[in-house]
Amino acid sequence: MNELSKIDRALPWMLVTPALLWTLLFFVAPFVAMALLSLNFQAEGGMTVSNYSQFFTNPSYYRAMINSLEVTGMVTLISVLLAYPFAWILAEQIPPRLQRLALLLAILPFWTSYVVRSYSWLLVLAQNGVVNDALLRTGLLTDPLQLANTRTATIIGFVHFFVMLLTLTIFASLKQLNPSYRKAAADLGAGPIRTFIHVVLPLTIPGVVVGAFLTFVLAIGDYITPQILGGNNELLMPQLIMMQIGRRGDFPLASALALILMAMVTIAYIACARWLKIERT
Amino acid sequence: MRVFMRFLSAGYALAIYGFIFLPVVVLVVFSLQSTAFPIPPFTGPSFRWYEAVLNDPRLTSALFNSLAVALISSLVAVALGFVSAWGFARFMLPGSGLMRGLITLPLTVSYLIIGMGLLVIFNMIGLPKNLLAAGIGHVVINLPLCFAIIYSQMGDHQINIERAARDLGATEWNVLWLVTLPIMWPAIFASLFLSMTFSWDEFVISFLLTRFDTTLPVEIWNLLRSGLNPKTNAVGSLVFAVSVVAAIILELILLRRRPA
Repeated sequence: MNELSKIDRALPWMLVTPALLWTLLFFVAPFVAMALLSLNFQAEGGMTVSNYSQFFTNPSYYRAMINSLEVTGMVTLISVLLAYPFAWILAEQIPPRLQRLALLLAILPFWTSYVVRSYSWLLVLAQNGVVNDALLRTGLLTDPLQLANTRTATIIGFVHFFVMLLTLTIFASLKQLNPSYRKAAADLGAGPIRTFIHVVLPLTIPGVVVGAFLTFVLAIGDYITPQILGGNNELLMPQLIMMQIGRRGDFPLASALALILMAMVTIAYIACARWLKIERT
Repeated sequence: MRVFMRFLSAGYALAIYGFIFLPVVVLVVFSLQSTAFPIPPFTGPSFRWYEAVLNDPRLTSALFNSLAVALISSLVAVALGFVSAWGFARFMLPGSGLMRGLITLPLTVSYLIIGMGLLVIFNMIGLPKNLLAAGIGHVVINLPLCFAIIYSQMGDHQINIERAARDLGATEWNVLWLVTLPIMWPAIFASLFLSMTFSWDEFVISFLLTRFDTTLPVEIWNLLRSGLNPKTNAVGSLVFAVSVVAAIILELILLRRRPA
Protein backbone atom coordinates (compact mmCIF):
# COMPACT_ATOMS: atom_id res chain seq x y z
CA MET A 1 0.00 0.00 0.00
CA ASN A 2 2.81 2.31 0.99
CA GLU A 3 4.62 1.38 -2.21
CA LEU A 4 1.57 2.28 -4.25
CA SER A 5 1.07 5.74 -2.76
CA LYS A 6 4.72 6.47 -3.48
CA ILE A 7 4.06 5.70 -7.12
CA ASP A 8 0.93 7.84 -6.95
CA ARG A 9 2.93 10.77 -5.67
CA ALA A 10 5.61 10.35 -8.29
CA LEU A 11 3.15 9.97 -11.17
CA PRO A 12 2.36 13.68 -11.77
CA TRP A 13 6.06 14.46 -11.89
CA MET A 14 6.71 11.56 -14.23
CA LEU A 15 4.10 13.05 -16.55
CA VAL A 16 5.37 16.62 -16.65
CA THR A 17 9.10 16.05 -16.41
CA PRO A 18 9.80 14.94 -20.01
CA ALA A 19 8.33 18.10 -21.55
CA LEU A 20 10.03 20.31 -18.96
CA LEU A 21 13.33 18.57 -19.49
CA TRP A 22 13.04 18.96 -23.26
CA THR A 23 12.34 22.69 -22.88
CA LEU A 24 15.21 23.16 -20.46
CA LEU A 25 17.72 21.23 -22.56
CA PHE A 26 16.83 22.49 -26.01
CA PHE A 27 15.37 25.91 -25.33
CA VAL A 28 16.63 27.36 -22.06
CA ALA A 29 20.16 25.95 -22.26
CA PRO A 30 20.72 27.33 -25.79
CA PHE A 31 19.61 30.72 -24.52
CA VAL A 32 22.02 30.65 -21.63
CA ALA A 33 24.76 29.55 -24.02
CA MET A 34 23.94 32.40 -26.41
CA ALA A 35 23.86 34.95 -23.60
CA LEU A 36 27.25 33.80 -22.31
CA LEU A 37 28.65 33.74 -25.82
CA SER A 38 27.38 37.24 -26.57
CA LEU A 39 29.26 38.52 -23.52
CA ASN A 40 32.47 36.74 -24.59
CA PHE A 41 32.25 34.91 -21.28
CA GLN A 42 35.49 33.24 -20.19
CA ALA A 43 35.63 30.40 -17.70
CA GLU A 44 38.35 32.31 -15.83
CA GLY A 45 35.86 35.07 -15.14
CA GLY A 46 36.33 37.68 -17.86
CA MET A 47 33.48 39.06 -19.94
CA THR A 48 32.86 42.11 -22.10
CA VAL A 49 29.95 43.90 -23.66
CA SER A 50 31.97 44.61 -26.82
CA ASN A 51 29.44 42.80 -29.05
CA TYR A 52 26.65 44.99 -27.79
CA SER A 53 28.63 48.22 -27.97
CA GLN A 54 29.60 47.23 -31.52
CA PHE A 55 25.93 47.09 -32.42
CA PHE A 56 25.22 50.58 -31.09
CA THR A 57 28.33 52.21 -32.56
CA ASN A 58 28.58 50.57 -35.99
CA PRO A 59 26.06 52.26 -38.32
CA SER A 60 25.71 49.23 -40.59
CA TYR A 61 24.56 47.19 -37.59
CA TYR A 62 22.04 49.52 -35.99
CA ARG A 63 20.86 50.52 -39.47
CA ALA A 64 19.63 46.93 -39.87
CA MET A 65 17.49 47.33 -36.77
CA ILE A 66 16.06 50.61 -38.05
CA ASN A 67 15.33 48.97 -41.42
CA SER A 68 13.63 46.08 -39.65
CA LEU A 69 11.47 48.37 -37.56
CA GLU A 70 10.52 50.49 -40.57
CA VAL A 71 9.65 47.52 -42.77
CA THR A 72 7.79 45.68 -40.02
CA GLY A 73 5.87 48.81 -39.03
CA MET A 74 4.87 49.47 -42.64
CA VAL A 75 3.87 45.85 -43.16
CA THR A 76 1.75 45.78 -40.01
CA LEU A 77 0.01 49.04 -40.90
CA ILE A 78 -0.68 48.19 -44.57
CA SER A 79 -1.81 44.66 -43.74
CA VAL A 80 -4.30 45.85 -41.13
CA LEU A 81 -5.67 48.56 -43.44
CA LEU A 82 -6.11 46.09 -46.30
CA ALA A 83 -7.40 43.19 -44.22
CA TYR A 84 -9.98 44.97 -42.08
CA PRO A 85 -12.36 46.01 -44.91
CA PHE A 86 -11.85 42.63 -46.55
CA ALA A 87 -12.70 40.73 -43.37
CA TRP A 88 -15.67 43.05 -42.86
CA ILE A 89 -16.98 42.32 -46.37
CA LEU A 90 -16.55 38.58 -45.81
CA ALA A 91 -18.35 38.75 -42.47
CA GLU A 92 -21.16 41.15 -43.35
CA GLN A 93 -21.75 41.30 -47.09
CA ILE A 94 -21.45 37.67 -48.08
CA PRO A 95 -24.37 35.32 -47.43
CA PRO A 96 -23.56 33.12 -44.38
CA ARG A 97 -23.63 29.82 -46.23
CA LEU A 98 -20.90 31.05 -48.61
CA GLN A 99 -18.76 32.60 -45.89
CA ARG A 100 -16.79 29.52 -45.02
CA LEU A 101 -15.92 28.94 -48.67
CA ALA A 102 -15.00 32.61 -49.17
CA LEU A 103 -12.72 32.51 -46.15
CA LEU A 104 -11.13 29.24 -47.23
CA LEU A 105 -10.40 30.70 -50.64
CA ALA A 106 -8.94 33.82 -49.05
CA ILE A 107 -6.34 31.80 -47.17
CA LEU A 108 -5.70 29.11 -49.77
CA PRO A 109 -2.22 30.39 -50.72
CA PHE A 110 -1.37 30.10 -47.02
CA TRP A 111 -0.84 26.46 -47.84
CA THR A 112 1.98 26.94 -50.29
CA SER A 113 5.34 26.56 -48.65
CA TYR A 114 6.67 29.79 -47.22
CA VAL A 115 9.84 29.71 -49.31
CA VAL A 116 7.85 29.03 -52.48
CA ARG A 117 5.48 31.91 -51.76
CA SER A 118 8.35 34.40 -51.64
CA TYR A 119 9.80 32.91 -54.78
CA SER A 120 6.43 33.30 -56.53
CA TRP A 121 6.49 37.02 -55.77
CA LEU A 122 9.95 37.17 -57.28
CA LEU A 123 8.45 35.72 -60.47
CA VAL A 124 5.73 38.36 -60.44
CA LEU A 125 8.02 41.30 -59.68
CA ALA A 126 11.14 40.37 -61.69
CA GLN A 127 12.58 42.73 -64.29
CA ASN A 128 10.89 40.73 -67.05
CA GLY A 129 8.21 39.26 -64.82
CA VAL A 130 4.44 39.38 -65.14
CA VAL A 131 3.85 42.86 -63.72
CA ASN A 132 6.49 44.56 -65.83
CA ASP A 133 5.40 42.57 -68.89
CA ALA A 134 1.81 43.72 -68.48
CA LEU A 135 2.76 47.34 -67.85
CA LEU A 136 5.10 47.48 -70.85
CA ARG A 137 2.59 45.76 -73.11
CA THR A 138 -0.20 48.17 -72.26
CA GLY A 139 2.16 51.07 -72.84
CA LEU A 140 1.85 52.38 -69.31
CA LEU A 141 5.61 52.09 -68.99
CA THR A 142 8.50 52.39 -71.39
CA ASP A 143 11.17 51.01 -69.06
CA PRO A 144 10.64 48.11 -66.67
CA LEU A 145 10.31 48.94 -62.98
CA GLN A 146 13.03 47.75 -60.65
CA LEU A 147 10.84 45.89 -58.16
CA ALA A 148 12.76 42.75 -57.24
CA ASN A 149 15.55 43.20 -54.71
CA THR A 150 13.98 46.28 -53.20
CA ARG A 151 12.31 47.12 -49.93
CA THR A 152 9.02 47.42 -51.83
CA ALA A 153 9.28 43.76 -52.83
CA THR A 154 9.93 42.72 -49.23
CA ILE A 155 6.92 44.69 -48.08
CA ILE A 156 4.67 43.25 -50.81
CA GLY A 157 5.73 39.71 -49.94
CA PHE A 158 5.10 40.27 -46.24
CA VAL A 159 1.78 42.06 -46.78
CA HIS A 160 0.57 39.15 -48.91
CA PHE A 161 1.15 36.70 -46.08
CA PHE A 162 -0.15 38.90 -43.28
CA VAL A 163 -3.30 40.06 -45.08
CA MET A 164 -4.34 36.41 -45.04
CA LEU A 165 -3.46 36.00 -41.38
CA LEU A 166 -5.16 39.23 -40.30
CA THR A 167 -8.26 38.50 -42.37
CA LEU A 168 -8.65 35.33 -40.32
CA THR A 169 -8.22 37.02 -36.94
CA ILE A 170 -10.35 40.07 -37.78
CA PHE A 171 -13.06 37.92 -39.35
CA ALA A 172 -13.16 35.90 -36.13
CA SER A 173 -13.56 38.98 -33.94
CA LEU A 174 -16.28 40.41 -36.21
CA LYS A 175 -18.16 37.12 -35.99
CA GLN A 176 -17.85 36.97 -32.21
CA LEU A 177 -19.54 40.33 -31.90
CA ASN A 178 -22.88 39.96 -30.14
CA PRO A 179 -25.56 40.99 -32.71
CA SER A 180 -27.67 42.57 -29.96
CA TYR A 181 -25.12 45.41 -29.66
CA ARG A 182 -25.80 46.33 -33.23
CA LYS A 183 -29.54 46.11 -32.72
CA ALA A 184 -29.26 48.30 -29.63
CA ALA A 185 -27.32 50.93 -31.59
CA ALA A 186 -29.94 50.83 -34.36
CA ASP A 187 -32.76 51.13 -31.80
CA LEU A 188 -31.06 54.18 -30.35
CA GLY A 189 -31.14 55.72 -33.79
CA ALA A 190 -27.61 55.19 -35.09
CA GLY A 191 -27.23 54.63 -38.83
CA PRO A 192 -24.93 51.92 -40.20
CA ILE A 193 -21.92 54.24 -40.35
CA ARG A 194 -22.30 55.50 -36.80
CA THR A 195 -22.92 51.98 -35.56
CA PHE A 196 -19.70 50.89 -37.21
CA ILE A 197 -17.60 53.74 -35.85
CA HIS A 198 -18.96 53.74 -32.30
CA VAL A 199 -19.82 50.07 -31.77
CA VAL A 200 -18.28 47.61 -34.21
CA LEU A 201 -14.87 49.19 -34.60
CA PRO A 202 -14.09 49.74 -30.89
CA LEU A 203 -15.23 46.22 -30.02
CA THR A 204 -13.06 44.61 -32.67
CA ILE A 205 -9.92 46.64 -31.83
CA PRO A 206 -8.61 44.02 -29.35
CA GLY A 207 -8.74 41.38 -32.09
CA VAL A 208 -6.95 43.72 -34.46
CA VAL A 209 -4.23 44.40 -31.90
CA VAL A 210 -3.67 40.68 -31.34
CA GLY A 211 -3.32 40.18 -35.10
CA ALA A 212 -1.06 43.21 -35.46
CA PHE A 213 1.13 41.97 -32.64
CA LEU A 214 1.40 38.54 -34.29
CA THR A 215 2.26 40.24 -37.57
CA PHE A 216 4.96 42.31 -35.92
CA VAL A 217 6.52 39.37 -34.10
CA LEU A 218 6.49 37.02 -37.08
CA ALA A 219 7.66 39.62 -39.61
CA ILE A 220 10.51 41.06 -37.58
CA GLY A 221 12.00 37.60 -37.01
CA ASP A 222 11.65 36.35 -40.57
CA TYR A 223 14.70 35.74 -42.70
CA ILE A 224 13.15 34.21 -45.81
CA THR A 225 11.06 37.04 -47.26
CA PRO A 226 13.66 39.84 -47.00
CA GLN A 227 16.42 37.55 -48.24
CA ILE A 228 14.54 36.33 -51.32
CA LEU A 229 12.64 39.51 -52.22
CA GLY A 230 14.74 42.30 -50.73
CA GLY A 231 18.11 40.83 -51.61
CA ASN A 232 21.27 42.14 -50.05
CA ASN A 233 20.89 45.81 -51.00
CA GLU A 234 19.75 46.64 -47.51
CA LEU A 235 19.82 44.23 -44.62
CA LEU A 236 17.17 43.53 -42.02
CA MET A 237 18.09 42.14 -38.61
CA PRO A 238 17.53 38.44 -39.42
CA GLN A 239 19.69 38.81 -42.52
CA LEU A 240 22.42 40.50 -40.50
CA ILE A 241 22.29 37.68 -37.94
CA MET A 242 22.46 34.98 -40.62
CA MET A 243 25.38 36.77 -42.21
CA GLN A 244 27.33 36.62 -38.95
CA ILE A 245 26.62 32.89 -38.66
CA GLY A 246 27.14 31.90 -42.27
CA ARG A 247 29.74 34.06 -43.89
CA ARG A 248 31.74 35.14 -40.88
CA GLY A 249 31.17 32.40 -38.32
CA ASP A 250 30.98 35.10 -35.65
CA PHE A 251 28.70 33.40 -33.13
CA PRO A 252 29.27 35.86 -30.25
CA LEU A 253 28.15 38.81 -32.37
CA ALA A 254 25.27 36.81 -33.88
CA SER A 255 24.14 35.88 -30.36
CA ALA A 256 24.23 39.50 -29.23
CA LEU A 257 22.18 40.56 -32.28
CA ALA A 258 19.66 37.76 -31.69
CA LEU A 259 19.19 38.82 -28.08
CA ILE A 260 18.74 42.45 -29.14
CA LEU A 261 16.08 41.35 -31.62
CA MET A 262 14.34 39.40 -28.86
CA ALA A 263 14.43 42.47 -26.67
CA MET A 264 12.59 44.40 -29.40
CA VAL A 265 9.86 41.76 -29.51
CA THR A 266 9.55 41.85 -25.73
CA ILE A 267 9.12 45.64 -25.85
CA ALA A 268 6.39 45.23 -28.48
CA TYR A 269 4.71 42.66 -26.24
CA ILE A 270 4.75 45.01 -23.27
CA ALA A 271 3.32 47.78 -25.46
CA CYS A 272 0.43 45.54 -26.55
CA ALA A 273 0.03 43.67 -23.26
CA ARG A 274 -2.97 45.73 -22.19
CA TRP A 275 -4.95 44.70 -25.26
CA LEU A 276 -3.60 41.19 -25.37
CA LYS A 277 -4.89 40.67 -21.85
CA ILE A 278 -8.35 42.00 -22.68
CA GLU A 279 -8.55 39.43 -25.44
CA ARG A 280 -7.76 36.57 -23.09
CA THR A 281 -10.55 37.26 -20.59
CA MET B 1 -26.29 54.29 -51.79
CA ARG B 2 -26.79 50.66 -50.87
CA VAL B 3 -26.17 49.51 -54.42
CA PHE B 4 -23.07 51.67 -54.59
CA MET B 5 -21.86 50.13 -51.33
CA ARG B 6 -22.35 46.59 -52.62
CA PHE B 7 -20.55 47.49 -55.81
CA LEU B 8 -17.63 48.95 -53.90
CA SER B 9 -17.47 45.93 -51.58
CA ALA B 10 -17.47 43.49 -54.47
CA GLY B 11 -14.75 45.44 -56.26
CA TYR B 12 -12.59 45.62 -53.17
CA ALA B 13 -13.01 41.94 -52.34
CA LEU B 14 -12.15 40.96 -55.90
CA ALA B 15 -9.03 43.15 -55.82
CA ILE B 16 -7.84 41.50 -52.60
CA TYR B 17 -8.59 38.02 -53.96
CA GLY B 18 -6.61 38.99 -57.06
CA PHE B 19 -3.68 40.11 -54.92
CA ILE B 20 -3.83 36.94 -52.83
CA PHE B 21 -3.99 34.63 -55.83
CA LEU B 22 -1.64 36.43 -58.22
CA PRO B 23 1.62 34.78 -57.10
CA VAL B 24 0.07 31.31 -56.84
CA VAL B 25 -1.44 31.52 -60.32
CA VAL B 26 1.84 32.76 -61.79
CA LEU B 27 3.70 29.98 -59.99
CA VAL B 28 1.45 27.23 -61.31
CA VAL B 29 1.07 28.61 -64.85
CA PHE B 30 4.79 29.00 -65.41
CA SER B 31 5.52 25.58 -63.96
CA LEU B 32 4.03 24.40 -67.27
CA GLN B 33 6.49 26.50 -69.28
CA SER B 34 8.26 24.55 -72.02
CA THR B 35 11.26 26.87 -72.27
CA ALA B 36 13.97 27.53 -69.70
CA PHE B 37 12.65 30.69 -68.05
CA PRO B 38 9.43 31.04 -66.05
CA ILE B 39 8.70 34.52 -67.43
CA PRO B 40 6.27 35.78 -70.08
CA PRO B 41 5.49 34.86 -72.79
CA PHE B 42 3.96 31.54 -71.77
CA THR B 43 5.33 28.79 -74.00
CA GLY B 44 3.66 25.69 -72.57
CA PRO B 45 1.91 23.70 -71.55
CA SER B 46 4.53 21.08 -70.98
CA PHE B 47 5.27 18.72 -68.14
CA ARG B 48 9.03 18.58 -68.67
CA TRP B 49 9.80 20.45 -65.43
CA TYR B 50 7.61 18.10 -63.41
CA GLU B 51 9.54 15.23 -64.94
CA ALA B 52 12.76 17.00 -64.05
CA VAL B 53 11.61 17.33 -60.43
CA LEU B 54 10.56 13.69 -60.12
CA ASN B 55 13.86 12.57 -61.67
CA ASP B 56 15.94 14.70 -59.34
CA PRO B 57 17.15 12.37 -56.58
CA ARG B 58 18.09 15.30 -54.34
CA LEU B 59 14.54 16.63 -54.41
CA THR B 60 12.84 13.27 -53.99
CA SER B 61 15.07 12.29 -51.08
CA ALA B 62 14.53 15.74 -49.54
CA LEU B 63 10.79 15.09 -49.86
CA PHE B 64 11.09 11.83 -47.91
CA ASN B 65 13.36 13.49 -45.34
CA SER B 66 10.78 16.22 -44.85
CA LEU B 67 7.96 13.71 -44.42
CA ALA B 68 10.00 11.64 -41.97
CA VAL B 69 11.11 14.63 -39.91
CA ALA B 70 7.57 16.06 -39.89
CA LEU B 71 5.98 12.78 -38.82
CA ILE B 72 8.51 11.75 -36.18
CA SER B 73 9.06 15.19 -34.64
CA SER B 74 5.31 15.81 -34.51
CA LEU B 75 4.65 12.46 -32.84
CA VAL B 76 7.29 13.27 -30.23
CA ALA B 77 5.88 16.79 -29.72
CA VAL B 78 2.30 15.50 -29.38
CA ALA B 79 3.36 12.72 -26.99
CA LEU B 80 5.32 15.10 -24.76
CA GLY B 81 2.58 17.72 -24.98
CA PHE B 82 -0.23 15.30 -24.19
CA VAL B 83 1.48 13.62 -21.27
CA SER B 84 2.49 16.91 -19.67
CA ALA B 85 -0.93 18.51 -20.29
CA TRP B 86 -2.51 15.49 -18.61
CA GLY B 87 -0.18 15.85 -15.65
CA PHE B 88 -0.90 19.56 -15.23
CA ALA B 89 -4.66 19.24 -15.72
CA ARG B 90 -5.14 16.31 -13.33
CA PHE B 91 -2.80 17.05 -10.46
CA MET B 92 -2.09 20.09 -8.37
CA LEU B 93 1.62 20.68 -8.69
CA PRO B 94 3.59 23.36 -6.86
CA GLY B 95 4.71 26.04 -9.31
CA SER B 96 2.34 24.71 -11.96
CA GLY B 97 1.73 28.10 -13.58
CA LEU B 98 5.42 28.81 -13.84
CA MET B 99 6.18 25.42 -15.38
CA ARG B 100 3.32 25.74 -17.86
CA GLY B 101 4.65 29.17 -18.78
CA LEU B 102 8.08 27.70 -19.36
CA ILE B 103 6.73 25.02 -21.70
CA THR B 104 4.81 27.57 -23.82
CA LEU B 105 7.61 30.15 -23.83
CA PRO B 106 9.23 29.05 -27.14
CA LEU B 107 6.05 30.18 -28.95
CA THR B 108 7.16 33.79 -28.58
CA VAL B 109 10.67 33.34 -29.98
CA SER B 110 11.50 33.47 -33.67
CA TYR B 111 12.57 30.24 -35.36
CA LEU B 112 15.83 31.86 -36.39
CA ILE B 113 16.83 32.45 -32.78
CA ILE B 114 15.74 28.98 -31.66
CA GLY B 115 17.72 27.42 -34.50
CA MET B 116 20.75 29.52 -33.74
CA GLY B 117 20.70 28.65 -30.04
CA LEU B 118 20.54 24.95 -30.89
CA LEU B 119 23.39 25.36 -33.36
CA VAL B 120 25.48 26.93 -30.59
CA ILE B 121 24.91 24.14 -28.05
CA PHE B 122 25.14 21.34 -30.62
CA ASN B 123 28.52 22.79 -31.61
CA MET B 124 29.55 22.75 -27.95
CA ILE B 125 28.58 19.13 -27.32
CA GLY B 126 29.78 18.01 -30.74
CA LEU B 127 26.47 16.85 -32.21
CA PRO B 128 26.94 16.99 -35.98
CA LYS B 129 24.54 18.84 -38.27
CA ASN B 130 21.93 16.36 -39.47
CA LEU B 131 18.25 15.57 -39.69
CA LEU B 132 18.15 14.46 -36.06
CA ALA B 133 19.31 17.92 -34.98
CA ALA B 134 16.66 19.55 -37.17
CA GLY B 135 14.02 17.17 -35.76
CA ILE B 136 14.97 18.17 -32.21
CA GLY B 137 14.47 21.80 -33.25
CA HIS B 138 11.05 21.02 -34.72
CA VAL B 139 9.96 19.41 -31.46
CA VAL B 140 11.08 22.58 -29.65
CA ILE B 141 8.83 24.77 -31.82
CA ASN B 142 5.86 22.38 -31.84
CA LEU B 143 5.80 21.14 -28.25
CA PRO B 144 4.44 24.45 -26.85
CA LEU B 145 1.72 24.46 -29.49
CA CYS B 146 0.65 20.85 -28.83
CA PHE B 147 0.76 21.43 -25.10
CA ALA B 148 -1.33 24.62 -25.33
CA ILE B 149 -3.98 23.07 -27.59
CA ILE B 150 -4.35 19.85 -25.60
CA TYR B 151 -4.17 21.55 -22.19
CA SER B 152 -6.86 24.06 -23.16
CA GLN B 153 -9.21 21.20 -24.08
CA MET B 154 -8.84 19.36 -20.78
CA GLY B 155 -11.77 20.75 -18.80
CA ASP B 156 -13.59 19.79 -15.60
CA HIS B 157 -16.03 17.78 -17.67
CA GLN B 158 -13.31 15.36 -18.70
CA ILE B 159 -11.91 15.20 -15.18
CA ASN B 160 -15.32 14.11 -13.90
CA ILE B 161 -15.63 11.39 -16.52
CA GLU B 162 -12.19 10.13 -15.59
CA ARG B 163 -13.10 10.21 -11.92
CA ALA B 164 -16.19 8.17 -12.68
CA ALA B 165 -14.07 5.59 -14.50
CA ARG B 166 -11.70 5.40 -11.53
CA ASP B 167 -14.59 4.99 -9.11
CA LEU B 168 -15.86 2.13 -11.21
CA GLY B 169 -12.52 0.41 -10.73
CA ALA B 170 -10.52 1.33 -13.80
CA THR B 171 -6.75 1.43 -13.34
CA GLU B 172 -4.75 4.57 -14.24
CA TRP B 173 -3.69 2.84 -17.42
CA ASN B 174 -7.25 1.92 -18.39
CA VAL B 175 -8.44 5.45 -17.71
CA LEU B 176 -5.78 6.77 -20.05
CA TRP B 177 -6.48 4.32 -22.87
CA LEU B 178 -10.23 3.92 -22.62
CA VAL B 179 -11.34 7.35 -21.43
CA THR B 180 -8.82 10.19 -21.76
CA LEU B 181 -7.35 9.40 -25.17
CA PRO B 182 -10.71 8.87 -26.89
CA ILE B 183 -12.11 12.10 -25.40
CA MET B 184 -9.02 14.08 -26.29
CA TRP B 185 -8.74 12.66 -29.78
CA PRO B 186 -9.85 15.83 -31.66
CA ALA B 187 -7.33 18.02 -29.82
CA ILE B 188 -4.61 15.44 -30.33
CA PHE B 189 -5.39 15.15 -34.01
CA ALA B 190 -5.49 18.93 -34.46
CA SER B 191 -2.15 19.42 -32.75
CA LEU B 192 -0.57 16.57 -34.70
CA PHE B 193 -1.82 18.01 -37.97
CA LEU B 194 -0.68 21.54 -37.12
CA SER B 195 2.73 20.31 -35.98
CA MET B 196 3.23 18.35 -39.16
CA THR B 197 2.28 21.39 -41.25
CA PHE B 198 4.72 23.63 -39.40
CA SER B 199 7.51 21.09 -39.52
CA TRP B 200 6.87 20.36 -43.19
CA ASP B 201 7.15 24.05 -44.05
CA GLU B 202 9.92 24.97 -41.62
CA PHE B 203 13.01 26.36 -43.28
CA VAL B 204 15.44 28.26 -41.10
CA ILE B 205 15.99 25.66 -38.37
CA SER B 206 16.58 22.92 -40.94
CA PHE B 207 18.84 25.26 -42.88
CA LEU B 208 21.01 25.92 -39.83
CA LEU B 209 21.03 22.39 -38.43
CA THR B 210 21.41 20.08 -41.44
CA ARG B 211 24.25 19.69 -43.87
CA PHE B 212 24.10 17.06 -46.63
CA ASP B 213 20.82 15.25 -46.12
CA THR B 214 18.28 17.98 -45.78
CA THR B 215 14.57 18.81 -45.93
CA LEU B 216 12.52 19.97 -48.89
CA PRO B 217 12.30 23.70 -48.04
CA VAL B 218 16.10 23.83 -47.77
CA GLU B 219 16.51 21.97 -51.05
CA ILE B 220 14.08 24.42 -52.70
CA TRP B 221 16.14 27.24 -51.24
CA ASN B 222 19.22 25.71 -52.87
CA LEU B 223 17.36 25.64 -56.19
CA LEU B 224 16.68 29.38 -55.83
CA ARG B 225 20.39 30.10 -56.09
CA SER B 226 20.15 29.31 -59.79
CA GLY B 227 17.69 32.21 -60.18
CA LEU B 228 14.27 31.92 -61.77
CA ASN B 229 13.77 28.35 -62.89
CA PRO B 230 10.59 26.51 -63.99
CA LYS B 231 11.79 23.52 -61.99
CA THR B 232 11.33 25.56 -58.82
CA ASN B 233 7.83 26.41 -60.07
CA ALA B 234 7.10 22.74 -60.59
CA VAL B 235 8.27 21.63 -57.16
CA GLY B 236 6.47 24.60 -55.58
CA SER B 237 3.23 23.70 -57.37
CA LEU B 238 3.54 20.09 -56.19
CA VAL B 239 4.01 21.19 -52.58
CA PHE B 240 1.00 23.48 -52.95
CA ALA B 241 -1.15 20.67 -54.37
CA VAL B 242 -0.22 18.33 -51.52
CA SER B 243 -0.98 20.99 -48.91
CA VAL B 244 -4.32 21.89 -50.45
CA VAL B 245 -5.38 18.24 -50.47
CA ALA B 246 -4.33 17.96 -46.82
CA ALA B 247 -6.29 21.12 -45.98
CA ILE B 248 -9.40 19.80 -47.72
CA ILE B 249 -9.15 16.50 -45.84
CA LEU B 250 -8.85 18.38 -42.55
CA GLU B 251 -11.78 20.61 -43.46
CA LEU B 252 -13.93 17.59 -44.27
CA ILE B 253 -13.03 15.94 -40.99
CA LEU B 254 -13.81 19.13 -39.07
CA LEU B 255 -17.09 19.60 -40.95
CA ARG B 256 -18.17 16.09 -40.21
CA ARG B 257 -17.41 16.53 -36.55
CA ARG B 258 -19.25 19.81 -36.12
CA PRO B 259 -22.86 18.55 -35.71
CA ALA B 260 -21.83 16.46 -32.69
